[in-house]
Amino acid sequence: MAVLDRAAKSLLLAELVTGMALTLKYFFKPKVTVNYPYEKGPLSPRFRGEHALRRYPNGEERCIACKLCEAICPAQAITIEAEPRDDGSRRTTRYDIDMTKCIYCGFCQEACPVDAIVEGPNFEFATETREELYYDKAKLLSNGDRWEVEIAGNLERDAPYR
Amino acid sequence: MPKLTVNGIEVEVQPGATVLQACEEAGFEIPRFCYHERLSIAGNCRMCMVEIKPGPPKPTASCAFPAGDNMEVFTDSEMVKKARHGVMEFLLINHPLDCPICDQGGECDLQDQAMAYGHHSSRYDENKRAVTNKNMGPLIETIMTRCIHCTRCVRFSTEVAGVDQMGLLNRGGEVEITTYLESALDSELSANVIDLCPVGALTSKPYAFTARSWELRKTESVDVMDAVGSNIRVDARGGEVMRVLPRLNEDVNEEWISDKTRFACDGLKRQRLDKPYVRGVDGKLAPASWDDAFAAIATKAKGLSGEKIAAIVGDLADAESMFALKQLMGALGASSIDCRQDGAKLDASCRAGYLFNSTIAGIEDADALLIVGSNPRWEAAVLNARIRKRWLAGNFPIGMVGAPVSASYDYDQLGAGPETLSQIADGSHAFAKVLDAAARPMIIVGQGALARADGAAVLATARAIAEKFGMIQPASSDAEGNEVPTWNGFNVLHTAASRVGGLDMGFVPGDGGRDTAGILEGAAKGEIELLYLLGTDEVATSGIGDKAFVIYQGHHGDQGAHHADVVLPGAAYTEKDGLYVNTEGRVQMGFRAVFPPGEAREDWKIVRALSDHLGHGLGYNTLGELRSALIATHPSFAELDEAPTAEWGAFGVSGEMSGDAFASPIENFYMTDPISRMSATMAECTETFVNAKAGRTGTEG
Repeated sequence: MAVLDRAAKSLLLAELVTGMALTLKYFFKPKVTVNYPYEKGPLSPRFRGEHALRRYPNGEERCIACKLCEAICPAQAITIEAEPRDDGSRRTTRYDIDMTKCIYCGFCQEACPVDAIVEGPNFEFATETREELYYDKAKLLSNGDRWEVEIAGNLERDAPYR
Repeated sequence: MPKLTVNGIEVEVQPGATVLQACEEAGFEIPRFCYHERLSIAGNCRMCMVEIKPGPPKPTASCAFPAGDNMEVFTDSEMVKKARHGVMEFLLINHPLDCPICDQGGECDLQDQAMAYGHHSSRYDENKRAVTNKNMGPLIETIMTRCIHCTRCVRFSTEVAGVDQMGLLNRGGEVEITTYLESALDSELSANVIDLCPVGALTSKPYAFTARSWELRKTESVDVMDAVGSNIRVDARGGEVMRVLPRLNEDVNEEWISDKTRFACDGLKRQRLDKPYVRGVDGKLAPASWDDAFAAIATKAKGLSGEKIAAIVGDLADAESMFALKQLMGALGASSIDCRQDGAKLDASCRAGYLFNSTIAGIEDADALLIVGSNPRWEAAVLNARIRKRWLAGNFPIGMVGAPVSASYDYDQLGAGPETLSQIADGSHAFAKVLDAAARPMIIVGQGALARADGAAVLATARAIAEKFGMIQPASSDAEGNEVPTWNGFNVLHTAASRVGGLDMGFVPGDGGRDTAGILEGAAKGEIELLYLLGTDEVATSGIGDKAFVIYQGHHGDQGAHHADVVLPGAAYTEKDGLYVNTEGRVQMGFRAVFPPGEAREDWKIVRALSDHLGHGLGYNTLGELRSALIATHPSFAELDEAPTAEWGAFGVSGEMSGDAFASPIENFYMTDPISRMSATMAECTETFVNAKAGRTGTEG
């Protein structure tokens, strides 16, 4: 009888029909593909994207040049130079991240005692040249200004788990 | 000798030793903030608690508790752990959590010990106290909120530095460290409080915020700012020297260094010679290649007889480059060479005649001191601390012949000049009796007494004093049969790091050669046509530029380079491996921390390269070969870090001494050499400590 069963299955194209049925089922289900870049998938608040240097609400930069991010960076992508600012506070004169070296591990934001350096939600920063990926302090601060609302929101949503 | 057990391990310690020392002896680390080996015991941080049996059932501060026989000490019992936790929690109550912006971060005792012995979190919710910062001058930055009141700085400044300008005000929660009337700490050793401070309350002002301890490359080296040869650690980041710290050497600098040693390093970045220069036909120095510079010298030197060639080395030269230059000069037939650019009448023939024979540590064994023409506080600040240490121990009469100075100990001002010295020598002076009564008297002759026309006669008189008052004693045994080691109380205090090395290798005029004054005179008259200056910046070369062809090899565009016809860029002391001989005759090795800037090269390499162009190639191509050659001719350079014992002999020339008073060669402690003259920090110190005292006239601008 087994021979008959097999013959019936192949003659009636049972496997094909099963496959087509599955296809038809997915045809009526909501689509998982998104129309990037017009649509984007959801991001975790912990997503580690492009770096940004944040400021306090009064406009003062947060970074205090403690160099902990530089010390912890496993890829040695961060370079910092510091000196006393005119008002005597400790500030960086140079804060460079080589984004081509960065491995997006997020240790820098873990090490930062003042939440100054963060990896924001932006992942769309492809460039045409490598040179554009050598970020300096001005670029990082402007990233911070641009993404502050999202970054602050993400930090707040993640805060209960820290 | 008390015998006690620490955690079950039996140790025997010196009578009078503390429990803390006994624990160290047994190999157990005791955390501490206020206790320091070289300072008196305060016992106020309470971090060094241990449990002692028999005794009261409470923890005891081990740093202030004398070790006794049959004590049982426990350093890791529950009681001790609880005590440490508690003390640490109290210390952190008012200590700010600003480690990320604190320069001590990464090398902080409080940070380390809080990790090792503290709680994981704070239970303190009230407001922390804040303390206003104090002004401590241009070197020491104060953040007094961080202070934990260990009083190490107060004890250091009163005990070691000898200035009573720091103190503790108020009591309890109001307590503050301050300086008297908020004045700058007026001591040449002041910045050592930065190292002593276990937290970040006192930090270095010039170094503020520029680097972190973990990004620095540490190189062990030797200081060249004075002739003490303090052991230092040069911390560099990239190609830049960030700071200089002391290294422990009990025989030389203990663990102190002078402010000049510590802070003159910013002068290494300014006014550097980074490429060769040759004076062109227009009379201006123009950048040139090494080949052009050497060719210019070779053209000039061609056919020149040895009598017309001379060389003077400066104060910062290393032994290797001096030796290479001496050999080159010998090959050229020149005998007019000198390493005494200040014209000191030192006799290179007898080694005991120019060394600090007692050794620096030996000062502590002396029982009377005569200082002649020297201001040790400015000429050798760290050595001066040793004199003060001996003086504090008591029964140490000090006599001073020369200009009165502000010393950190009491002394008798005996007189100003050679007259007094003669009186002491013939026994008619009252101080002669003091020296006579002393068992181990010593004399320190400074360069102020020797760098003058009658220097040789002064040296001879000093030798006569040394011999007359029994300062030279061979090893013997006393009445009870105990061995008494040799004692040589004759000491010459140098001011130049290169001086003893130069004298050791005979970098002095040979037969028919001229000394520094003779060379300069000859050059001005045109009798010397080629003058080689190896870092010689303290002699007036302005008058000889047009008569003689001057080659300057050095690292800074200072006095020597201004009037040179060819400038060869050399390396500063942090940029080359080198041997230096300190005033005791101790040979010490310094190592390169960074590379010389631009096209500058290590000094011995320049001399070696030049020798080829002059047709007298020196026979070594590596520093090792050069050192072997140096040691083969002068074996004393082989003994690293050992204070030599030199044979006593005849030196100095007896003769008439003039009536002029002795004057110290150093007018400004903070600017004595090309490096410190270029240092912005030293300029600020000069303004604060020297000019402010000289009095303002109102016309400074």
